[in-house]
This record gives sequence, C-alpha cells and structure tokens, in this order.
Amino acid sequence: MSLLSVENLVARHGLLTAVHDFSCTIEPGEVVAIVGANGAGKTTLFRAIAGVHTAAGGTIRLAGADITALPPHRRVAAGIAMVPEGRRLFSEMTVDENLRIACENGRRGSWTLATVLEALPQLQPLLRVPAGGLSGGQRQAVAIGRALMSNPALLLLDEVSLGLSPIAVAGLYESLAALKAGGTTTMVVVEQDLDRVLGFADRVICMLEGRAVLEGRASELSRSQIASAYFGLATGQVH
Amino acid sequence: MSRMPQFLVERWTVTGRLTAAVACTLVLLLALLPGFAGGLIVDKLTTLLVYILLASMWNLLAGYAGLVSVGQQVFFGLGAYFALRLVDLGIPPYLALLLGAGGAGLAAIPLSPFMLRLKGGEFAIAMWVVAEAVRIIVMFDPLVQGETGTSLIALNSFDPDLRRNLTFWLALGSTAMILALTFWLLRGRIGAAAQAIRDDEEAATSIGIGVMRVKQIIFVLAALGCALAGVVWLASAITFQPRTIFGVQWTVFMLFMALVGGLRTFEGPIFGAIVFFLLQEAFGDFGVWYLAGLGAVAVGFALFLPDGVWGAVRGRTGLELLPTGAQLSIGGEPVSARPRVPRPGPVKDPA
Amino acid sequence: MLDAALQGILLGGYYAVLAAGLSLMFGVIRFINLAHGDLAILGAYLVLFCAERFGLSPWLALVLVLPVMGLFGWVLQGALFARTMRGGFLLPLLTTFGLGAVLQNGMFGLFGSDARSLGNAIGSLSWESWQLPFGISLGKLPVITFGIAVFVLVALQLVLSHTRLGRAIRATSADAEAAELVGVDARTVHRAAAAIAVALAGLAGALLAMRALVNPYAGPAQLIFAFEAVVIGGIGSLWGTLVGGIILGVAQSFGSLLSPQWFQLAGHVVFLGVLGARLYFSHAGRRGGLRFLLTGAR
Repeated sequence: MSLLSVENLVARHGLLTAVHDFSCTIEPGEVVAIVGANGAGKTTLFRAIAGVHTAAGGTIRLAGADITALPPHRRVAAGIAMVPEGRRLFSEMTVDENLRIACENGRRGSWTLATVLEALPQLQPLLRVPAGGLSGGQRQAVAIGRALMSNPALLLLDEVSLGLSPIAVAGLYESLAALKAGGTTTMVVVEQDLDRVLGFADRVICMLEGRAVLEGRASELSRSQIASAYFGLATGQVH
Repeated sequence: MSRMPQFLVERWTVTGRLTAAVACTLVLLLALLPGFAGGLIVDKLTTLLVYILLASMWNLLAGYAGLVSVGQQVFFGLGAYFALRLVDLGIPPYLALLLGAGGAGLAAIPLSPFMLRLKGGEFAIAMWVVAEAVRIIVMFDPLVQGETGTSLIALNSFDPDLRRNLTFWLALGSTAMILALTFWLLRGRIGAAAQAIRDDEEAATSIGIGVMRVKQIIFVLAALGCALAGVVWLASAITFQPRTIFGVQWTVFMLFMALVGGLRTFEGPIFGAIVFFLLQEAFGDFGVWYLAGLGAVAVGFALFLPDGVWGAVRGRTGLELLPTGAQLSIGGEPVSARPRVPRPGPVKDPA
Repeated sequence: MLDAALQGILLGGYYAVLAAGLSLMFGVIRFINLAHGDLAILGAYLVLFCAERFGLSPWLALVLVLPVMGLFGWVLQGALFARTMRGGFLLPLLTTFGLGAVLQNGMFGLFGSDARSLGNAIGSLSWESWQLPFGISLGKLPVITFGIAVFVLVALQLVLSHTRLGRAIRATSADAEAAELVGVDARTVHRAAAAIAVALAGLAGALLAMRALVNPYAGPAQLIFAFEAVVIGGIGSLWGTLVGGIILGVAQSFGSLLSPQWFQLAGHVVFLGVLGARLYFSHAGRRGGLRFLLTGAR
C-alpha cells in the first residue's frame, strides 16, 4: 500500500486555483522530488497535504486512511511532518525548546533529542541559542530536526535550500542523504536546485500551473525533458 | 488590422445618476416634511438622521481608511459642549450649535498628527482614553455641573414645534452636506488613496501617496460629522449629561450599524442605521438586555452575512447605487461581474 | 508625597493582575475582550456570594471561585470567542461588548445595584497597616495584593517557560500555523489561555472588592485601566504589565492628591504621554524632532 495517496486534489487561493486535479502516490521509503517554477503550486500542494490549507476538492490518504478532513495537528499524530517554506521557527524560543515542543506534541519513535543531534551534529552547540539568532543554514537544520522530532512516517521538505549559501546547502544535503540511507523516512522534497535534487531523489514530479506535467524516475529522465516540462513545453507522462 | 475596441472608464453609471437624482429629490421632499407630518415623525426622523450620520462617519474611518476608533464619542460630546459654552456667552442657540460642531471639528486637527501615528489597537484605545479624559475635563466646568449635567435652556425659549423643525432641518442639512462631501471625497483621489492606505500602508507610501495628509482629512471630516450629530442630539434632547454624551456606547452603536450595513460601501451604513433605528424603536426599552441582543444580532450577521446587508446585495448583484469606484466598459459593453466586496482577512483560526 | 508614590506602586500590583489576563488573550489569541472588566466584577461578586452566603473567608472562597472562572473562560473561548474571530477584527469588539452587557445585567438582576465590598469579610486586614520609619505607613492589604500580583506573574512566567503548556502557548502566539505543524492543537491552547485569563480577571476583581466598593456596572472603568496598563507597559510583555500597572498606579495616586477626578485623569494623561514619548523617540527622533511630529510633514 502506498504511504501517501493524493487523488484529484484541488486547492484554491480565493478565486485562483493553485492546484488543479492533482494526483500522485508516494511509496514507503522512497524520496520524491517535486519541481516546478514559482507559482506552479508546489507549496500550496504541500500545505494542503499538511493540512494548513483547506483542500477545495479531492482526497488525501495516509497509509490507506482518509485524512482529508483532519486538522494539521492530527495529521502530525498520523505521521506527517512538514519543514515549511521559510523555516517558520519559533524565533523567541531556543533551539532546544523548538525541538522539545515537537517532541512533546509529536509521535513516539526512534527520533529523540539524542538521535536528532547525532544526525544534525551542528545543532549540539546551539541548543541554548534563541532560534532567531542563527544563520540560515543553522535555522534550516533546526527546522529539519524539529520535523524529525515528530517521528513522521512522511517528511515534507519545502524549499530547504532557499536563501542558503552553497556550502550550507551542501552540508544540508549531506545530512539528508544520511537520512535517506537510513531507509526509514519517506521524503517528498520541493526544490528549485535541479542538479541537487536529481542526485538525491528517486522519482521526480514536475508541476506547472497546478498540474503534474511530467513524472518519472530521476535516473531515467533527461535534463532537457525536465526543462521542457518545467517551462511548459513537454508532453511527458501525466496523471 | 481589426479596429481597437473602444475603452471607456465611467465614474457615473446609469444607476448612479438615477440614485443621485432620487437622493436630491428625497432631501428636498424631506425638507418640506415638517409642513405636513406630525411632530413625532419629525422627531423620529431626526434621530434616524443622527444615526445615519454617525454610521457613515464610522464607516469612513474604519471602512475606507482602516482607522478603528473606539472614541468617536469625544467629538459627539465636544461639539455639544462647545455649543453650550457659546450659548452661555450669548450666541443664539442654533448658531452656537453650528459653531460648536465646527469647533469640535477644528479640535481634531491638532489631535490628528499624534493620534494618526499610532498603530491599530493603540489608536483605538487611545481615542477612547482621549474621550474619557475630555469628559473628565468637561466635567470640571461649573457650567456642566459634574455628574448632574445641564440643559440647553435657551432652546426652551423657542416654540416646541419650531424647535423640532429647526432641529430637523439642522439634522437634514448636516447629514446631506456631510454625505455629499464624503461622497465627493471618496470619488476623488482621496478616496482611492484612503483605500490604498487601508489595504497596505507601506505600498501606498511607496507609490507616493501622502499617507498622513489623507488620514488627516478623513479624520477631521469624520470628527466634524460626529460633532454635527452631537449638536443635533443636544438640540433634540436638550439635556447634556457628560456620561451619556461622552459614553462609549455611541461607538458600539456606530460599530453595529457599520457592520450590519456593510463596511466599505457607501450605502451600507445608511442601511445599517435604518436597521439600528428600527431595533431601537422596537426593543430600546429593554435596557441592557437590548445591548446584549445587539451583540447577538451582530454575531449572526458576521457568521452569515459578513459583508453586511448591503455588501451581500452588492456582492450578488453588483448593484452600486452611488458608485465611488470606476466602471470599465469595452466597446460599449460594461465589463461584467463586479468582484466580491473584499472582506477583512479574518485572523486565521487554526481550527 | 512618598506615601502617594508607595500607594501607587502597590496599586500597580492590582493593575498587573487585571491587565495580565487581557494581555494574555491578546498576545496568544489576538483577541480583544471588552468584557474583561465585567468578568473581573463577576469574580468579585462570586467571592462576595461565597463569603456572605456561606460565611467563608474570601481567601478560601477564591480557591473555589478561581477554577470556576477558569472553566467559564474555557467555555467562552470555545463557544463564543473562537467563532467571532471568523468575522474579522471588528466582530469580537461588538460581541464582547454585548457579553459585558449580559454580565452587567445578570449581576444586577442577581445581586442588586448596591455597591458591595469584601471589606467586612476580611476583617481588620482592610485597614491595618505597618508602620515604617519616616512616618510611612503601608496598608497590609495593598502589600498583600502586590505580593499576590508578583507571585501570580512569577507563576505565569514559570508555566510559560518550563511547562509543556507554556511552550505550546508561546509557540501558538508566535506562529499559530507553525505550532499546528508540530502537532500543537491551537484550539486547546487558546482555550487554556482564555481560562487562565478569565481566572486572573476573577482574582483581580476579588482583590478590588477587598479594598473598594464594587457594583455591577463597574466593569468598563476597570477595563480602560487594564488597557492603559497593558499599553504603557508594552503590548505583549508579561512583566511589562507590572511596570505599566505601577506607572499607572503612581500617576493615579498622585492625581488623587489633587481631586477625585484627577485620579482617573492623571492616569489618562500619563497614558497619552507615554504613547507620545514612544512616538517621539521612534518616529520623530529619527526624522526631524517635535516640529515634524506637529506639522505632520513627511
């Protein structure tokens, strides 16, 4: 059974439809990348899956259970965690508190403060620092660590490289690769950096104007195929 | 090459012209009302006009300029107080009323640069505090006699019918003038600027709008309107009781009328005033339960008709009796589907 | 003079308790509760009822009344406040004003319009004082009130800093959506915050009734003082409400030396003065001083 099944999802911003009839499935353990230009609907899709954006139509299933009507905090309990665009850390709270609050309100599992610090050692010296006082790369690490503390079955990462220096991005993806290697975390990644993400993901879905216009294994798709889909010139495999 | 369709931007629609004509006629007819209607009707209409004026002014501030004031009663009472003082100096009552209102409007001018720089919640509370402070200061005046209050006795020298009619004409004239002024203002650059400020003050500044100047004009106009309402109230009730005339319940009434009628529409507050007036007539004697009932009605509206009655009508039919915006027509055909009246974004309820 | 200053500082303690609830609701739920003053008076009347009907000491009565107030706050938030927030910024103002009217009328109906006080119930505490050097006397009740205020604020601070609920409250007030994303149920947090706020209001009301007379319509006057304390101290700051309360209390205390009306007026003047000073230092100070502020030039 798929871990996540999105069926005919529709999401709107007022009169603008950001996600049109979008469907996809995510299998347990895989890493799927969602790419697309700005405004393609990627973040709205993520927010709809996480529950902070109300879907106007369609169904979302997690491990077979229909979660479409669940509020965000219940989806966390069901096993979804999102690293939101812009990190959205609690800047007045320390790194330790940011992690703790996710631990207290999330699921029990193998991710504890100790194991998260193992996976993201750069956080160790920063535990007592207010999250607002960190650099971009550090904040991103905290955001990922915070999501992990919920012990999710499905981890959504929205534009984690945004605003970071190349070195920070490299370090980040190293951590993420280690996560992937562990084999227990299913990840869906929204990313602008195509090179990065093609080397990281198993499958790629390209979105354009709210629809999926291309889908395939990262190893099988060519750069030019993706580029065409990205800019709306493709007739690739569409759901 | 095909001919370019003709683009036309109209400020006046057919409905608009019609309504304006009807409104002018109505004002003229109302002016003649005292000639053939009973005293009670004239009295009631005077009250209704006061409500219309208050509601429109609150809407001007909150709906168009985004300034939520919990203290407009300060101008309501100040106009009346100045009038009292002027009468005491020997000025004829009705002249004193006009001058008093004007004085209160002027008082808004030095107040504005300070008040208007305050942010939302601070502005609202600060206006209330100003109203309270002014009330206390006014109560120091021996003429007012503290809690007891006083009366505009000079008005008693008038024949009651004459007094009622004069008060009515004062109300009618003030309301008509202020509404016309407001309408004219909103149709002009000030109106567009105000709405830009309300929607996004920073963006408005960045395109060169003199935010302070626009807010000041609106603030002073609203003050003048409330002050005129206040002097009419004084002329109608004769008694001046500080706690009543500077009371915060006036703000609550204004809030109710604007909310129920529809913020951000010109016609809305008028409609809201009528609703309020009818409720007042029917249930006003129920005292404090009446106020609670008002709250309940408002909850109902917010849940089912958040744009107010007029906003809902406008949303459905695109009907705008007195257009303050612009109508685009291409090739002679008006561009259809007026967009929904934009609502204030509710604070996100995570549930 | 020194006496007035000390009285004012101690009065500030009461204002801090009153304002803390208001500040909490605004900080966490972004909700302005215009019935806050009336809720305080309700607390006072409940304690009065227990004291007079059952002969309980007011302190014991408080132990019973505060949880009841908390529960009331929980219910109010869930049943009423949360719903009205969907109507935008203005609807909560209108509904809470209406709620205040219901409370006032209800208390009038149940308890009559006579002004009442807990002064009798606390016996000699209402007038006893400690004699200090330099001829200063400190009333025992004001000192106890101040002590309670500090205790309450410290307790609140500890809850916010070190408990799971406190972390959830802080996260929700910082970023409600992000809090939901880490599994915090914002609705429950809001109800808890409202429960604490209303309980605090009740406590403040009881403290008020111990040193003064209350009547069913005394709510709005207290409300405006609470607002002033919050704004003077800085919206969103817990200890700011104590500072704001003290400044307000001292101003009022000095004002009362002139006349009873100056008690209130001094508070209003200081409030406006603080706002003005804040404006001056943030806006005008950078752009051209007082002239800029007065002429409104850009």
